[in-house]
Amino acid sequence: MKNIIKSCIFILATALVSQTYADDEMTGYSNGGVESLRGSTELYEVSDPAMMKNHQADRKPYEPQFVFQPPLIPHQVRNYEVDSKVNKCLSCHSFKNARDSGAPRISVTHFESREGLALADVSPRRYFCLQCHVPQVDADPLVENDFEKVESLQ
Amino acid sequence: MFNFLKRFWQRLSTPSKAGVGFVLALGFVGGIMFWGAFNMGMEATNTEEFCSGCHAPIVEEIQSTIHYSNRSGVRAICSDCHVPHDWTDKLIRKVQASKEVFAHLIGTIDTPAKFEARRGHLAAREWDRLKNNNSQECRNCHEFEYMDFTVQRSRSQAQHSTALADGEKTCVDCHKGIAHQLPDMSGIEGWQ
Repeated sequence: MKNIIKSCIFILATALVSQTYADDEMTGYSNGGVESLRGSTELYEVSDPAMMKNHQADRKPYEPQFVFQPPLIPHQVRNYEVDSKVNKCLSCHSFKNARDSGAPRISVTHFESREGLALADVSPRRYFCLQCHVPQVDADPLVENDFEKVESLQ
Repeated sequence: MFNFLKRFWQRLSTPSKAGVGFVLALGFVGGIMFWGAFNMGMEATNTEEFCSGCHAPIVEEIQSTIHYSNRSGVRAICSDCHVPHDWTDKLIRKVQASKEVFAHLIGTIDTPAKFEARRGHLAAREWDRLKNNNSQECRNCHEFEYMDFTVQRSRSQAQHSTALADGEKTCVDCHKGIAHQLPDMSGIEGWQ
């Protein structure tokens, strides 16, 4: 019995000490009043999430902002499966299917190996479409900036 | 011997009134109980809980799709698409499912790897079934008659008003993998 009480006290004490220690640790990582992209929320607090962006259904694609910008996706891509078994995007945008589907065909740059050699099929490094192409949304820039398009795109 | 049979037959053909009433009542009550239990069994094996008893990983796959989570909160459960709603067809499918119970017992797809290896076969079976019944389970909710092409996107319009309207194609010909991940699609029409 005595032993049980002893171990109980020990466990409680450990919990108390580690709790205070944890609290110290938390405040040790405060942002020190510096405001960043996530606002002035302390690091150990969860900031209020931004409003979700609505995807724009089937609109004209936004114009490119710089040369070689991967075009934005002007439609929903919810549940588009792109993995080793299947690529939903290519079922419309591949060379073979683009003519029938009327969708823009992927460019020939997708067939190039890292060394610039032409391959017979889409290069593995260009296979995962959503790595570069994202659905377009009506979103404000995260930080104010004075970016301007190059002349040829203006 | 013949006498015995004759007496037995007489007894059967002229039962006492109470006996007739009893047998009828028994048949009636028994009938109700059997029918109720039978239909309850059919319903119980149609619930999502029942399906996920064995198919938990697949049931999970639907959760990110439009048939589980969407703006209006209408959703489909497994049996809405995988079990016919019409009673006779439903019964036939349930009897076929006894083979699947056997597969479950011998552990045909009891690990994720085994399931993944068989995904193509399982998907093809379901595509065939839907192709043969003209995608009836899709049409239970998505009725062609009431589709308003004017609120469809131009590409959907083009496909629905031609190939689907002619009956040349059925829903599942294009809409594959709408609620599950797809198997390897190489060599399947319409896929890269």
